Amino acid sequence: MSLSFLERGLLLLVMLIFLEGTVLTLGAASSPDISAQDNTGGGHDRRDDHRGIAGSHEQTNYTYTKKAFPVLSLDYHHIQVPFEISLWVLLASLMKLGFHLIPRLSGIVPESCLLIVVGLLVGGLIKLAGEEVPPVLDSNLFFLCLLPPIILDAGYFLPIRPFMENIGTILMFAVVGTLWNAFFVGGLLYAVCQIEGTYLSQVELLPCLLFGSIISAVDPVAVLAVFEEIHINELLHILVFGESLLNDAVTVVLYHLFEEYSGAGEVTPMDVVLGVICFLIVSLGGIAVGAIYGILAAFTSRFTSHTRVIEPLFVFVYSYMAYLSAEMFHLSGIMALIACGAVMRPYVEANISHKSHTTVKYFLKMWSSVSETLIFIFLGVATVAGPHAWNWTFVSVTVILCLVSRVIGVVGLTFIINKFRIVKLTTKDQFIVAYGGLRGAIAFSLGYLLNKDHFPMRTMFLTAIITEIFFTVFVQGMTIKPLVDLLAVKKKQEAKRSINEEIHTQFLDHLLTGIEDICGHYGHHHWKDKLNRFNKKYIKKCLIAGERYKEPQLIAFYHKMEFKQAIELVESGGGVKLPSAMPSQVSMQNIQPKKLPPAVAERALPQFTKGREEEIRKILRSNLQKTRQRLRSYNRHTLVADPFEDGWNDFLLKKQRMIELEKKMSNYLTVPAAPPDSPTMCRARLASDPNAFYNIKASSEGVPTIQVDLASPQSPDSVNMLNEFSKRGAKDQGLGQREVATRDEDQGLMMKPSSAGKEEKGEEEGGNKNPGLMRCLSDPGPSNEDEEDEPFLP
Amino acid sequence: MGASQSAGTEHEFQDLADRTGFSLEQIGNINKRFRQLSNNEETLSREDLASIPALDNNPIRAQIINAFFDKRNLHQNETGTVQEIGFEEFLMVMTHFRPAAMGITEEERENLRRDKLRFLFNMHDTDSDGTINLEEYRRVVEELLSKAGTIGQETAKAIADAAMLEVASTTRGKMEPDEFYEGITFENFLQILNTFDIETRMHVRFLHMDTATLRCGKSK
Repeated sequence: MSLSFLERGLLLLVMLIFLEGTVLTLGAASSPDISAQDNTGGGHDRRDDHRGIAGSHEQTNYTYTKKAFPVLSLDYHHIQVPFEISLWVLLASLMKLGFHLIPRLSGIVPESCLLIVVGLLVGGLIKLAGEEVPPVLDSNLFFLCLLPPIILDAGYFLPIRPFMENIGTILMFAVVGTLWNAFFVGGLLYAVCQIEGTYLSQVELLPCLLFGSIISAVDPVAVLAVFEEIHINELLHILVFGESLLNDAVTVVLYHLFEEYSGAGEVTPMDVVLGVICFLIVSLGGIAVGAIYGILAAFTSRFTSHTRVIEPLFVFVYSYMAYLSAEMFHLSGIMALIACGAVMRPYVEANISHKSHTTVKYFLKMWSSVSETLIFIFLGVATVAGPHAWNWTFVSVTVILCLVSRVIGVVGLTFIINKFRIVKLTTKDQFIVAYGGLRGAIAFSLGYLLNKDHFPMRTMFLTAIITEIFFTVFVQGMTIKPLVDLLAVKKKQEAKRSINEEIHTQFLDHLLTGIEDICGHYGHHHWKDKLNRFNKKYIKKCLIAGERYKEPQLIAFYHKMEFKQAIELVESGGGVKLPSAMPSQVSMQNIQPKKLPPAVAERALPQFTKGREEEIRKILRSNLQKTRQRLRSYNRHTLVADPFEDGWNDFLLKKQRMIELEKKMSNYLTVPAAPPDSPTMCRARLASDPNAFYNIKASSEGVPTIQVDLASPQSPDSVNMLNEFSKRGAKDQGLGQREVATRDEDQGLMMKPSSAGKEEKGEEEGGNKNPGLMRCLSDPGPSNEDEEDEPFLP
Repeated sequence: MGASQSAGTEHEFQDLADRTGFSLEQIGNINKRFRQLSNNEETLSREDLASIPALDNNPIRAQIINAFFDKRNLHQNETGTVQEIGFEEFLMVMTHFRPAAMGITEEERENLRRDKLRFLFNMHDTDSDGTINLEEYRRVVEELLSKAGTIGQETAKAIADAAMLEVASTTRGKMEPDEFYEGITFENFLQILNTFDIETRMHVRFLHMDTATLRCGKSK
């Protein structure tokens, strides 16, 4: 089976490459000089050859004789550019598909390598066909179109807490490390060039330094691509990744500095000072620009409650404008983008609907994924295309020097940094950080930007850059995974965030702040606490719509958790859980203290047997389950799973396997309700033991309704659920009409006339107090699952 | 870094340093702070700690202050509270916030974890019966959310219930409907906070480096 898969996969790949190659040749052939008007031999013949694609006959002369009316004509030129772009994108996406069809390959070789190879093949095909390879990795295209989505994706989903905790280390690596690399490589290269016999003596110092600064920057795209697959622990990931993001400022300054003065031939100390100032301006300015746009975006999202559909657009447009504005002033666009995404995220997420949130997430992932794929393919094509000037000495010295300088840099810096860190970086960590310093397309694009006149050795530089990129991506990229396994480096823990951990995180924060205050020490926690309070007092009020700004993080986390639980319950169809199969069946009864408060005891609850309870639960469940089954068909399980969802999915599957139906209904409905529980308990029972939930809610007409404190902004689903059951008994199948609503599920699908009632109910009870509910009800559209991500603020 | 006392305290400090693992400078600093808080008296009372203005914004300040006067944190095997503490007890409480030294063995690390988690546990377990029952946990969450207004209070109960349920589920697994889960024991506590790297998180940097002045800025 796998063999045929393999065959199929390979065939598919080869076919696609050929197809791509031929069409691009076609495209390359129909360059502006060869308009539809002429039929110069070469171009025309080729077009005839590839007629299979066009499938039509062409109009080839414009003489002014009357001809038959053209029924069908080919005008490739008209749509050439968008067509080719789409074709590239399609190729990239199909490649991605193809690789995952070949399981063995994708396990050994990282995707980035395969993509470069594909690029090489396509470029090779185009060259074989005799056409000029289009300059695909044009710097403008790269910096303005391909890079921003990736960086925005990274910035928006940047895990703020580990980033901030390690910010000192990251900055050290990014700034000092890059400077060290640039000067070491540049300087030593110059020294080597001066050696007799290498024929490189015309290479000046400044161009060497420039080259050093281009090649020394760790590339975020490459790092992301490779590190994503090795699932390394969070600390190392954030160190290398953070470094790759923040070294952009250094690279920009160094690049401009050396480029400016390469003409002049020397750099005075004044220039160095100016350079330092420039660095500060570039980095802080970039961050400031990003932050401003981020605040603007957050502020805008406050007012989007009536036009939910365009909410994601604001996120994208503001971020892109931040990037462009920063680039306009030659500030660091990457840092602007990161700052914008990180600043706007907590507020925007509090304001936008869940569907918009999902849209933003998946659009970002999609764009960044396509961008990344395209970048690697283009790297391959550009390698085939670009003019090369191979110089053994230069190239090999570059590669060796880069490695050496990286290792020395990391080791040296870690030695200094470990004096200030609590969690020291071990040798293993240092090795991974050093080894993970991959170079990528940014270096190539920067090299490409060099002016040919000022830098006659540009082609040699480009060759060296490409070789370095290939070396790091192929050699280091392929071997890092086995090395990680070999060295037994700690991997990422796919732990579900539990409410206990959240409580204790908060508790610990406050405790440590308190201890610091007692010690009279204005430390780390003190300032963080102050920032949080400032944020809560002033900023959140401006930027978050409605009453939600008052919501503490713990509550927000809790609501998210509940929401997820509710969704998974709905999706499972409220299935019965066979006691034997579920390991953790604990209901709230087990926790509640045995003696009931006197007020409740006065209610004179009848004691019904366990058996009866069971049956009641089953009845209720069965009715609910029928409605659930309809809901289930609309659920999307095809979205990218994240760790939280994975656990839930297993849980779901288990539940779905255990569905029972019972039919006894009538005799069990005269049971009065159990004392009101906090809604959590109901839902908690629901989660761990669906039986319990329905037990409480067993009701029929004439039964006292459950008193739920609706003043609290509980998960709206709980409110609705409880209302459901208090209103109608389980008796009628008509339960199906008033679905238990989870936040998004039914909105677009099931809302029958009763929905109006539900909305009203939501308004009259919640209004201000159920802003969450309002956010969902006002947002039509197909449902989607929610997902776990970082809590708002650290 | 001399204390403002006679040389006899040098010897005491050395003794304390050996016992607690702090350096002499650190103990000197802490001593200075102690004197400052206690107005140069020998003992510190609750009012002294409560008068620190920065603590006012802290939602769990009462528990923090209580922790200093809780006998269980003073490395004595007694329970109950004291009214005043001396410098030695103050230091004892502070030892819970020392970071993990580099190169400690697994066993030492485990002991450090237990020590710190024990401190947290004692903070929650206000009636000193060795378990955190539902009421106590609820109070913990309520205190945490006490600055959040009415919204906080109402969901506090729900959150505490959910958390308790989670603990019960993870530690006890399946339970019969009529079984009762009395509360979180210390072992359960260790279990649920297993992935919580407390030995690195629960530390105060001030105690790690010597500082000349007490009111220094960021120690990073």
